[in-house]
Amino acid sequence: MSSLPRNGRPYAKLASQLFAYACAACAFSSVAILVLLLSQMLRFAWGWLDWQFITSFDSQLSPDKAGVRAALVGSIYLIALTTLFSVPIGVGSAIYLEEYAQRSRWRGIVQTNIANLAGVPSIVYGILGLGLFVRGMQMGAGVLAGALTLTLVVLPIVILASQEALRAVPSTIRQASYALGATRWQTVWHQLLPAALPGIMTGVILALSRALGEAAPLVAIGAAGFVMFTPRGINDSFTALPLQIYNWTENANDDFRIHVAAAGIIVLMVMLICLNATAVFLRYRFGKRIHW
Amino acid sequence: MMTEASLPARPTRPMTQRLSTVADMRPTDDFLERPQKVVATNVNFFYGSHQALYDVSLRMPQNCVTALIGPSGCGKSTFLRCLNRMNDMIEGTRVEGTILLDDVDIYRPKTDVVELRKRVGMVFQKSNPFPKSIYENVAYGPRVAGVKQREVLDGIVEQSLRRSALWEEVSDRLNESALRLSGGQQQRLCIARALATDPDVLLMDEPASALDPKSTARIEDLIFELKDTYTIVIVTHNMQQAARVSDQTAFFYEGHLVEAGATTDVFTKPRQKQTEEYITGRFG
Repeated sequence: MSSLPRNGRPYAKLASQLFAYACAACAFSSVAILVLLLSQMLRFAWGWLDWQFITSFDSQLSPDKAGVRAALVGSIYLIALTTLFSVPIGVGSAIYLEEYAQRSRWRGIVQTNIANLAGVPSIVYGILGLGLFVRGMQMGAGVLAGALTLTLVVLPIVILASQEALRAVPSTIRQASYALGATRWQTVWHQLLPAALPGIMTGVILALSRALGEAAPLVAIGAAGFVMFTPRGINDSFTALPLQIYNWTENANDDFRIHVAAAGIIVLMVMLICLNATAVFLRYRFGKRIHW
Repeated sequence: MMTEASLPARPTRPMTQRLSTVADMRPTDDFLERPQKVVATNVNFFYGSHQALYDVSLRMPQNCVTALIGPSGCGKSTFLRCLNRMNDMIEGTRVEGTILLDDVDIYRPKTDVVELRKRVGMVFQKSNPFPKSIYENVAYGPRVAGVKQREVLDGIVEQSLRRSALWEEVSDRLNESALRLSGGQQQRLCIARALATDPDVLLMDEPASALDPKSTARIEDLIFELKDTYTIVIVTHNMQQAARVSDQTAFFYEGHLVEAGATTDVFTKPRQKQTEEYITGRFG
């Protein structure tokens, strides 16, 4: 040890400190951007966002009468159906890949593909949805086609998050279960899923937040931007919040373009925050029961 | 919380005296004449292309404790895990030879592995209770076997916890999380959990290696009691432990079974030089 030079790197300590400051600046800048964005939106939406805005349909001409009712209901339908489709398929795939599939070339191909699919731009899924659901299966640009398209968008995320959650369950739990004469299915159902549930739910909710904010695939399948009714069935045409907001920002009228759109954005943000809060709550609630 | 230290000592079992030396051990001469519960013949085991066991043949008589000893990586745990086919869970493993349980080869294609593991219970090195209540931990085995009636489960849970000498400590808090028990209690819970499926054979993979001496003594005491009902195979790093609890000792080295015999013989007059060097602490 004596051969180490004294004061060999005189600026090491300073560099370390500077690095810490730089990192802190990066962290705070993201918060600053969010605060700036939110305050700007709130300022624009002030006076426009009221109960009437929530309960009214869109209006072609008068910004005062315009509202998000159709878009809000449409988004809720979409999210509910997307959850219904993506959770069973996604969790099922994850269970298969983690617990059943042998390590083989085939499994490697599937795994790589899922990881790649998670990075595919959502507009591409929109085009697939248009070809497959809207035209191929003759569904039309209805709620069902929209939800199925969004399912395509979020499925890779749900699968990857669920796999991650299953992988995080200690292998000692698997071994203990198998050693007691449990079958694979019993081990999955009684031990692995309960233990992985907080992680799976967090992943699902984050995926749904993404689905909630997607406009591009809905544009691609040809969902309407102006709708004066709420969907009564799964094949009814619909609009969704991001689509409605996009539509307003295209309006020539400044009141629509700035104020009504900002009010719509606030509604969307509140929904997103609610979803994320649910994720945090569920993680806390179910995570508490499990201590490794 | 009740600690192990605060427990009343069971007066009829002066364990430390009875089990302290090899010379005190009960007669073991007759154990090879007992019915053979598990008989391994020419077992070879491969992890991929790496061979971990070479032609291992060992008889494990009924109601006897067989200790598997040897340095790390010698194959003793691998051999243990062959006995309930837990190695099946590792991809790319292969077994040759036969292992008979009550004269039936557990590696024949017709074997129901799930059924086998109910008959051959296992306790792991690190206590691994499920993140559930004490009750649910013990009831898990019977539950997955299809027992549904609450009274039956209650009975099994109580009986298993009594056999693993844990009942007095936990009977008033069966619904508490098993993860709040002490390390020693958790390991006895894992033993209770293994007993709840009513196995014939109990495999223990260094069950006391992560425990303090007092908890270790309790586990050893327990093994001594359990062998009246079960056939026990225990892997241990602790030579004194092997000497204290087992009737038969098998010494493994680099995948070979070097020597097996009555524990008293192996420890007092080993036939092989390697065995002698290992038990006297010259390597390992």
